[in-house]
Amino acid sequence: MKEIINNIQEKFKISEVTEQRENQYFISVEKKDTIQLVTYLKDIEKFTNFILLTAVDWIEKGQFQLTYMLNHPSKKLDIGVRTFIERENATMDSAHHLWEHVATFQRELKEMFGIDFPGSPRVDEPFLLEGWDNIPPMRRDFDTKKYSEETYFPRPGRSTNDPAEHMKKKLYPNE
Amino acid sequence: MAEEKNYKIIQPDNSEENKFLKPENYKREVTAPDGNTFIVDPLNDYFCDAKPQPHAPNTIKVVEKFLNWARSQSIWVLGFGTGCGSIEIYPLMTPRFDAYRFGVQQRPTPRQSNLMIISGYLSVKTLKRAIRSYEQMQSPKFVMALGSCTINGGMYWDSYNTINRLDHYMPVDVYVAGCMPRPEALLAGFMELKKRIREGKGEGANQYAENFDWYKANQKKIIKDWNMPDYNW
Repeated sequence: MKEIINNIQEKFKISEVTEQRENQYFISVEKKDTIQLVTYLKDIEKFTNFILLTAVDWIEKGQFQLTYMLNHPSKKLDIGVRTFIERENATMDSAHHLWEHVATFQRELKEMFGIDFPGSPRVDEPFLLEGWDNIPPMRRDFDTKKYSEETYFPRPGRSTNDPAEHMKKKLYPNE
Repeated sequence: MAEEKNYKIIQPDNSEENKFLKPENYKREVTAPDGNTFIVDPLNDYFCDAKPQPHAPNTIKVVEKFLNWARSQSIWVLGFGTGCGSIEIYPLMTPRFDAYRFGVQQRPTPRQSNLMIISGYLSVKTLKRAIRSYEQMQSPKFVMALGSCTINGGMYWDSYNTINRLDHYMPVDVYVAGCMPRPEALLAGFMELKKRIREGKGEGANQYAENFDWYKANQKKIIKDWNMPDYNW
């Protein structure tokens, strides 16, 4: 695995390398190099199994973090390629030409985070949310509890305990 | 030899009500074998748009009581699994729990069954299918709702995509509480449902027909891409 990371570092500008396990590494790369690096990993280093593409909303930084997880089937190695993209008008280059099922992940990200992947097949079709007309629900500025209370007729009489408050009362009743 | 199409699709205009129309429901101009042309509108022509009518009980009390007893003895379940509760329905039909001894059996289509089990949380996408299946069932029809998700939302109470109360979208006869209820609880639910039917309280289909506008308004509030007929049998 070290050898592969060294090979990558010679060819690409890697900003950060994280060793999660002996056989699992995460590398951070700039947005414009991402698809190139994923193609290199697939074709040269033989990380031929695409596991997932996921996004994290860093609302404080105004950025989305995308992670492409790849797997090397014979050597049992995992590598995650991380990249940051802008949150406003989020767009990313599509990778559906490398693996067919990437298009499904991209379709889901378009719906849940509003990240556009131009050219990806069926990316504009609804995946789970048919006829959704609000901001994408997995963005952190979407208030899911408020939306649910306004839309889905909450049944009265439901009470909830804040775990921190509840344990404080239970453990330190005198304070 | 390729068959020649005998119809021409009429492209809908870009109005608000045509926004979610599916291509198979576009209006089309059909040429009949005798040369006449006529327009087919699938949403209005292929489905019934009449409102459901409440069914009056038999005026002779003894007959109605006998009918209710007979109804309670033939519960045919629509095998429509939503959420995690569908896993609890499979063991019902195994020798260990054996729901057949209560006169309960599963059927594959809505038109053959009269009890719908909503087994767990319903997302808006599934609710749309559940409503269509419910409307296709023949009355008298009953709904049994499993788990806390159908009662008040359960652990998905603040989710953006799952409903909180099922009884705002279709009339529910019996709730079975639990997360998830065991098959024994389901069997108890069947007994409770039978008791209600024998007492003449299994009037879900009539309730749906009487409050049809209220149910439709609730359903349309959350199903925003309403591209199906209002009622279909």
